[in-house]
Amino acid sequence: MKIGVYPGCSLTGSARDYNESVFALAKAFDIELVQVPDWNCCGATAAHNLNRELSLSLPARILATAEKNGLDEILVPCAACYSRLIVTQHELKKNPELKNRINEIIGMDYRGTTKLINVIEWIDASIIPNLEGKITKPFDYKVACYYGCLMVRPNKVLNYDRAEDPQTMDIVMEKIGAHALYFPFKTECCGAGLSVSRTDTVSKLSGKIIEDAVHRGADTLIVACPMCHSNLDMRRPDINKYWKSDFKLPVMYVTQAIGLAIGLTPKEVGLQRHFVKVNIS
Amino acid sequence: MARIGVFVCHCGENISATVDCGKVAETVGKLKHVAFSTDYKYMCSDPGQTLIKDAIKEHKLTGIVVSACSPRMHEPTFRKAAAEAGLNPFLCEMANLREHCSWVHEKNEMTTDKAIDLVRILIEKVKINSALQPIRVPVTKTALVVGGGIAGIQSALDIANTGHKVILVERSPSIGGHMSQLSETFPTLDCSQCILTPRMVEVAQHPNITLYTYAEVESLDGFIGNFTVKIRKKAKSIYEKDCTGCGLCTTKCPQKKIPNEFEEGLGFRPAIYVPFPQAVPNKPVIDREHCTYYLKGKCKVCEIVCPTKAIRFDQPDEVIEVKIGAIVIATGFDIKRSNFFPEYGFGKYKDVIDGLQFERLASASGPTSGAILRPSDGQVPKNIVFVACAGSRDPAKGIAYCSKICCMYTAKHAMLYKHKVHEGKAHVFYMDIRSAGKNYDEFVRRAIEEDYVNYIRGRVSTIYERDGKLIVKGVDTLLGAQPVEIVADMVVLATAGVANPGAEELAQKLHVSYDSHKFFAEAHPKLKPVETNTAGIFLAGACQNPKDIPDSVSQASGAAVKVAALFSQSELTREPLVAYVNRTSPPMYSTCVGCFLCQSVCPYQAIEHEDFKTRDGKIIKTVAKINEGLCQGCGTCVALCRSKSIDLHGYSNNQVYTEVVALLNDY
Amino acid sequence: MSHSEHSIERDSLAYAIEKHVEVHAQKCYQCGKCSAGCPVAEEMDLPPSLVMRLLQTEKSSNDDKVLRSESIWLCLTCEMCLSRCPMEIDIPSMMDYLRQRSRSEKKVNPKMKNIVSFHKAFLHSIQYTGRLFELGLILDYKRQSLKLTQDMMLAPKMISNGKLHFIPELLKDMPHITKIFKKTIVEGGSK
Ligand SMILES: Cc1cc2nc3c(=O)[nH]c(=O)nc-3n(C[C@H](O)[C@H](O)[C@H](O)COP(=O)(O)OP(=O)(O)OC[C@H]3O[C@@H](n4cnc5c(N)ncnc54)[C@H](O)[C@@H]3O)c2cc1C
Ligand code: SF4
Ligand code: SF4
Ligand code: SF4
Ligand code: SF4
Repeated sequence: MKIGVYPGCSLTGSARDYNESVFALAKAFDIELVQVPDWNCCGATAAHNLNRELSLSLPARILATAEKNGLDEILVPCAACYSRLIVTQHELKKNPELKNRINEIIGMDYRGTTKLINVIEWIDASIIPNLEGKITKPFDYKVACYYGCLMVRPNKVLNYDRAEDPQTMDIVMEKIGAHALYFPFKTECCGAGLSVSRTDTVSKLSGKIIEDAVHRGADTLIVACPMCHSNLDMRRPDINKYWKSDFKLPVMYVTQAIGLAIGLTPKEVGLQRHFVKVNIS
Repeated sequence: MARIGVFVCHCGENISATVDCGKVAETVGKLKHVAFSTDYKYMCSDPGQTLIKDAIKEHKLTGIVVSACSPRMHEPTFRKAAAEAGLNPFLCEMANLREHCSWVHEKNEMTTDKAIDLVRILIEKVKINSALQPIRVPVTKTALVVGGGIAGIQSALDIANTGHKVILVERSPSIGGHMSQLSETFPTLDCSQCILTPRMVEVAQHPNITLYTYAEVESLDGFIGNFTVKIRKKAKSIYEKDCTGCGLCTTKCPQKKIPNEFEEGLGFRPAIYVPFPQAVPNKPVIDREHCTYYLKGKCKVCEIVCPTKAIRFDQPDEVIEVKIGAIVIATGFDIKRSNFFPEYGFGKYKDVIDGLQFERLASASGPTSGAILRPSDGQVPKNIVFVACAGSRDPAKGIAYCSKICCMYTAKHAMLYKHKVHEGKAHVFYMDIRSAGKNYDEFVRRAIEEDYVNYIRGRVSTIYERDGKLIVKGVDTLLGAQPVEIVADMVVLATAGVANPGAEELAQKLHVSYDSHKFFAEAHPKLKPVETNTAGIFLAGACQNPKDIPDSVSQASGAAVKVAALFSQSELTREPLVAYVNRTSPPMYSTCVGCFLCQSVCPYQAIEHEDFKTRDGKIIKTVAKINEGLCQGCGTCVALCRSKSIDLHGYSNNQVYTEVVALLNDY
Repeated sequence: MSHSEHSIERDSLAYAIEKHVEVHAQKCYQCGKCSAGCPVAEEMDLPPSLVMRLLQTEKSSNDDKVLRSESIWLCLTCEMCLSRCPMEIDIPSMMDYLRQRSRSEKKVNPKMKNIVSFHKAFLHSIQYTGRLFELGLILDYKRQSLKLTQDMMLAPKMISNGKLHFIPELLKDMPHITKIFKKTIVEGGSK
């Protein structure tokens, strides 16, 4: 099986671990991931904060490139990129005038035909159905699934799961043997875009999420977004300082958990790259 | 020879601003057979009507065309004036120069020309109009009341007390409705059961009231004064005459864990049950969905223990047909349950309850005997949060309208809580306090000033659980939108009041209109709030929109008066604009060939059979006949009849054809 | 012409918002649910519902307060407010618009300059390489904001975890990216 993929910048840098686990999973399930050729950054928070047209043009270039290369379906593992791409599709569909303007800027013929799928949808469609007999080490841990903002909001645009108390990731985790805890902070914001410029804010918000998961007895947080991961993992010293505590709760990508369950080594799924040590294998 | 009079009205300036009324009168005045023509500022005024009456007499008019506003507005006025002057009212026609001409066109010659045309065609029509007599129909002086909540009870009693018969149909095993579930009632805090129960008993004992509980309306035919209703009496599985209401069966039934509807799921009941101790009638029914015998084929414990052998497992549903003259719909309302709210946990938290559940907790006859105990662990909540507008005024996820009753009952709940848990803290999140009503705002102020209920102006964003407590994240908008977090033991959602499930279906059965929220629709929002669009069917209580007890009762009495007024007439008259099948002399009798295609298309079931017989009773011919009481004059049969045997009084083929021809001809 | 266009002041910020991002400020009935759920409301000088209220007044002094607020820069675009607003008011899109207006009118709150700097540094990075060059971004941002200490602490560990590149990955078709930036940022004047 072959499917397009848009990794996005984080997956080639600070979220290499995520990238490795996604590709390792794909390989284990015989899925060929074809990168969108010569892809660019989606523009992230910065673009839509500063310039609307730019924030639509950058994703439009990616999507038009995918269309040109016949990639009807692309997997976007990063929830933030996913959000930018799908919001762009939505905006340009709603407003044909704007679409023409953006096409003029990028000098390409964006049509909006690509189907975008997030990592859980991909897992649901391509991994879960083929899981039988593959689980060698059931992921027998108590997990708090953290969806963050961008996987479920704005719900009317994404049309995925439900905005309050989403379940898709929990279900996936249960399928590999985990016990998904009731976790009300599932969709609270980690601070995302202010990561660098307002570290204290991020420490506070991310800290609340970690504190609650620890309080509920989670062995690990499960995430599907590199932004969330870097705030919850890489920023842990800041969080611990802000909260005057020593939270050791690891933060794993959903793909890493599945990888371990089917017998991949911690290294194959990039666990050694985490800041907070993962005592799960 | 026809002598027609034309009366052109200016309607103030409504018509004359764009139509040259003088010219219209003058032009049509010259037409053949027009004996009199004039224009006047207000034809509907007293002098205007006098002008018409005088002209009819003076010029011996045989027909008139009043060229004014819409017939819907003033046809009755002018027909009455014609009748007073000795002219058959159906020889008066109205040309609508306002809605059909002046209001929709610019002022110019063409507009005046169109007005002339509109008058002209009616002059031609009225020439061949025939004098018609109104139809008289009898009135069946029995009323049907659907729904036995406080509104239905009040309506039934009021009608019965005027000496007329009432049939009260209630879907559940007992009458009483939501009021029977309430603890104490605002704004006086008197016990709901105490004021309701006597009325329920009165219904049961009233000689003029027949009560069918566990029953529903199956279908309705007919029209005002002459309805026929089919009522399905669901099998109660007991023989009521023998049952003494001893209740032995209910104590021995092995099915004990069925969520109790009356207790809003906070308690359980057996499969054979009386919904609550004061129920009327106070006799059990078997809930066949949960009864072991119906599920598994054995048990019959109740049958064994019943001292009077009243249990009937094989009892079938029974459908009865009754004739009635008027209907009061009083099927009440419902509320959204706590499992509806996404951000408040989708009903996941046991201690997030709705208003009716709180009523049951606060009720002396409820599952906790009136003690406020939280469902999860039976503890007394020390900190309680009430959330107003939960789903109301929320177009995104709930309903756009204000449910009207929840501000008041929330204040009541907070007060009841404070009266029972003195050391407890009560918080109310609200957006506005809507407490218009006699002694209502004073009631809310008492909650705040005397019972120290903490009112916080702002909506709650989310509720979640931690360590057995509920964290309520709200905001105080009066403090510049300051976030407020309350760690609560219990949360009560004042959930939106919505239409009863099944209301839409009932509305369709009864042929009455309903609004987009599935509440029954009144005929006019201001002037006909008790009537529906269907003559003879009235509304009472919360089936129209959420309302409190005083409003429900007032409307119920209003509906009763409407019914009584209807029943005070021995017969009803109605316009004779109905279809008729022609009759000729024997041996033809009629050109009707008896195909009865018309019968299959008539939406009002108005077509009957008529047999022509020889002297010794042999049928020679069967033809169609229209029941004038049922026919609504829609004309569907006329269009369909292949032998052209049906025509419509007042709008005959010939009349309509004449109008068209007049329009095509120059004058 | 719609009813609302008749009655709204044509030079107000509310009008501009209605036109550009289809957010109708008067729909907000001040329930405060947005502020109740906003993760950064406590840090904002104007929680989201207050921003809505100021806009509703259509007074230029209040519009000015909004454009000079810290809130518009603290907003994380987490979409919580929109997802729970009973009137479905798209505050996040409105915030995007307000930020751009605030910059173009040179009304950015001085305390928020470093947030703007970060966004700018981020865009710089992709303007010159097509993709985000994280090390470059951190250095660039530190230069702009003069906040040297903070994130430099992270860099060594990032490097040892293999999470930081020393050399940016360059797109093949860089001229294309340059062109896109020229047509949006440069010509749009939001550099
Ligand atoms: C939590 C709460 C607290 C309240 N507190 C107060 C208070 O303190 N004071 C006050 O004045 N008001 C109060 N109210 C409002 C009060 O409950 C209503 O005003 C009242 O119940 C309306 O009476 P009703 O007869 O119109 O409707 P209902 O009480 O709903 O009765 C309708 C009846 O019709 C029956 N029915 C439904 N459909 C059919 C059908 N198809 N066929 C046959 N029968 C049918 C139902 O079974 C029911 O018996 C409160 C409401 C709530 C939700
Ligand atoms: S037969 Fe049904 S109703 Fe009777 S006792 Fe058994 S379970 Fe209860
Ligand atoms: S009555 Fe009060 S609580 Fe109920 S919807 Fe109206 S304003 Fe909200
Ligand atoms: S939630 Fe919506 S309606 Fe309520 S204050 Fe915020 S923007 Fe206004
Ligand atoms: S989008 Fe912005 S204003 Fe809305 S809740 Fe998130 S941070 Fe607050």
